[in-house]
Amino acid sequence: METFLQQVINGISQGSAYALIALGYTMVYGVLRLINFAHSSVYMVGAFAGFYIANSRFVQASLGTSVLAAVLVMVGAMAVCALVGMLIERFAYRPGRGPVSGVLAFWLGLLGAGFGFQVDRAFLPVAAGALIGALIGAALEKFGRVTPAPESSTLKVLIIAIGVSLILENGGQIVFGADPKFFPPVIPNRALDVGGLTIDSPRLVVLGVALLLMVLLNLIVLHTKTGKAMRAVSFNLDAARLMGINTDRIIAFTFALGSALAGAGGILVSLMYPRIDPLMGTVPGLKAFVAAVLGGIGNITGAMIGGLIIGLAEVMAVGYGSSTYRDAIAFVILVLILLIKPTGIMGKGMVEKV
Amino acid sequence: MRYLSRPLATAFALAVLFAGCGGGGSDDEILIGEFGSLTGTTATFGISTRNGIDMAVDEVNARGGVLGKQVRVIVEDDQGRPEEAQTVVTKLIASNRVIAVLGEVASSRTLAAAPVAQQYGVPLITPSSTNPAVTQVGDFIFRTCFIDPFQGLVMAKFANETLGVTRVAVLRDIRNDYSVGLADVFVDNFKRMGGVIVSDQSYSEGDTDFRAQLTTIRASNPQAIFVPGYYTEVGLIARQARELGLNVPLLGGDGWDSPALTEIAGDALNGSYFSNHSSQDDPSPAIQNFIAAYEKRFGAKPDALAGLGYDSAMLLFDAIERAGTTEGPALRDALAVTDNFPGITGQITMDANRNPIKPAVVLQVKDGGISYVETIEP
Repeated sequence: METFLQQVINGISQGSAYALIALGYTMVYGVLRLINFAHSSVYMVGAFAGFYIANSRFVQASLGTSVLAAVLVMVGAMAVCALVGMLIERFAYRPGRGPVSGVLAFWLGLLGAGFGFQVDRAFLPVAAGALIGALIGAALEKFGRVTPAPESSTLKVLIIAIGVSLILENGGQIVFGADPKFFPPVIPNRALDVGGLTIDSPRLVVLGVALLLMVLLNLIVLHTKTGKAMRAVSFNLDAARLMGINTDRIIAFTFALGSALAGAGGILVSLMYPRIDPLMGTVPGLKAFVAAVLGGIGNITGAMIGGLIIGLAEVMAVGYGSSTYRDAIAFVILVLILLIKPTGIMGKGMVEKV
Repeated sequence: MRYLSRPLATAFALAVLFAGCGGGGSDDEILIGEFGSLTGTTATFGISTRNGIDMAVDEVNARGGVLGKQVRVIVEDDQGRPEEAQTVVTKLIASNRVIAVLGEVASSRTLAAAPVAQQYGVPLITPSSTNPAVTQVGDFIFRTCFIDPFQGLVMAKFANETLGVTRVAVLRDIRNDYSVGLADVFVDNFKRMGGVIVSDQSYSEGDTDFRAQLTTIRASNPQAIFVPGYYTEVGLIARQARELGLNVPLLGGDGWDSPALTEIAGDALNGSYFSNHSSQDDPSPAIQNFIAAYEKRFGAKPDALAGLGYDSAMLLFDAIERAGTTEGPALRDALAVTDNFPGITGQITMDANRNPIKPAVVLQVKDGGISYVETIEP
């Protein structure tokens, strides 16, 4: 019995990690009807941003292991991720909805920076590469008559999302290095012992923060003016624009919020499992996606419930079966839910828009 | 490439390659291939091995080379992926025309690449793949380390005789030939010695959560846990075991050997033991000289993998001298009759299955460092 209860605790803590990632997935889907496959890569960027902030001289020297350091790392990583999310939206997803200027300059600039980085890992070659790339891009846009295809389609944006995810993961391997890094313990690790059951402080924090973010997110989406605009965009993009909503700004905000959530997830999960590498988001990202579908994609409370169910199912499969089923169990659940209740546990039936 | 003639295609491939290397193969140098995980979850394996091989090559070149020719090594990164290992070894042999291949620490990667070397008739020496199946691939495949049955036996003996424990749990990496091989041999021998395996759990390389397995293990109340995995996972396992209040020693094999082990594990591994090829505390002058030279050049103490990398290169040079040629079959025959080669990881004598007969050491993790416990003879 004690072992079983410990396994339940293990499952909930693993599940809260999935729930954190699933929150961002489900919110972006809820508003844009887009499965943002780059989400799990932004999660990885968040973990690395936190890693560098926590290892920075300032934090190491003046804060050490303290609540303030944890908050700084968390807020810093969320800000970096929000910025990355907005950049992705502006230069990758928005061109999928219609012509946008500056796209070629951005991507060729990035490519140039990559070449510069290969030449020498210093500021000058990277900046020079970025500048040359951006200039070529701008010139091509101005004189080359290279404009994105005007019609928008969900499939196009989906494929762009996968591409962005690959760019982030492989770019991460170049910039951060492919070998795993050790995430510093920014909050003190104390194990609580309750009648033979152990749970340690990072795990409690993760579960608490996941629940808090869920409540906050529900508040934002359901009870603020911006949230109302987000829901309007989700119902009908064109109608929302006609009603005077700045749809581009709302969509950018949605991505910034979703990416900040991914960043928070990256930090919190790294506190529990202090090994980070550029491909760390792939598998948890897929499972969080399953969790979002299980809970009813687009539904914030559903994502939380779905994450916890997947986490519990996984731990039970490993604890009482074999570890080889660990990755399979999430996808078995996905198949079952799609067969039995395709809208998910909390999902409402919706009319397919064409 | 179908439309290009073969020499032209080769020339093209070489041109592309050497454009990046800034050099060229010629008659007065000997080309050797090396593949290893320079990046990925076992990056320190590949890097240590490469450092050891670099030292051997520079040493032999400073002495005037092998057969009067300078030696040059072409290094390929397999990113720790078996399929990539196969690709890069094919490239080394087919387009770089290396005369021998050194490489891989992980058995699964060597196993993926060995059939290629065997098929082309190019000798492959793995410095540190301990799975028995590796040299069974064919008569061109050699190694400079002991094999899993021996390592599993060493740890079973150590647990039974030195630690005096009777109840041991096993946590193995189910997707890794090395880990499964070591665990199987340990289980067999430990049971034969009268011990009990109270729980046999598994995980997969790349996992980060081991609490479910450790909770099950905790319920079976073991005196020690045998974790024959690689350092990244072992570090996380040790942390999570301590967090769950499992304070028994962990036991493992040479996969633990990495400077990153204690960085990841913190002090969670204090009092744990693993078997290895050699120890830095060994007073023999050959080892101490190597350690001093390595430290001077790379700014860190060498792990056993660096020593094995060094030995594998030196063994190859010795065989080339003895064979008097770089032809594959002659080189193979020279390697097969290696007798009492004085390696820095022990005297190497090849048995009929191209496996060396040599002792193992048991080391203890202590306050962030590693200390020597005992040597177990074959």
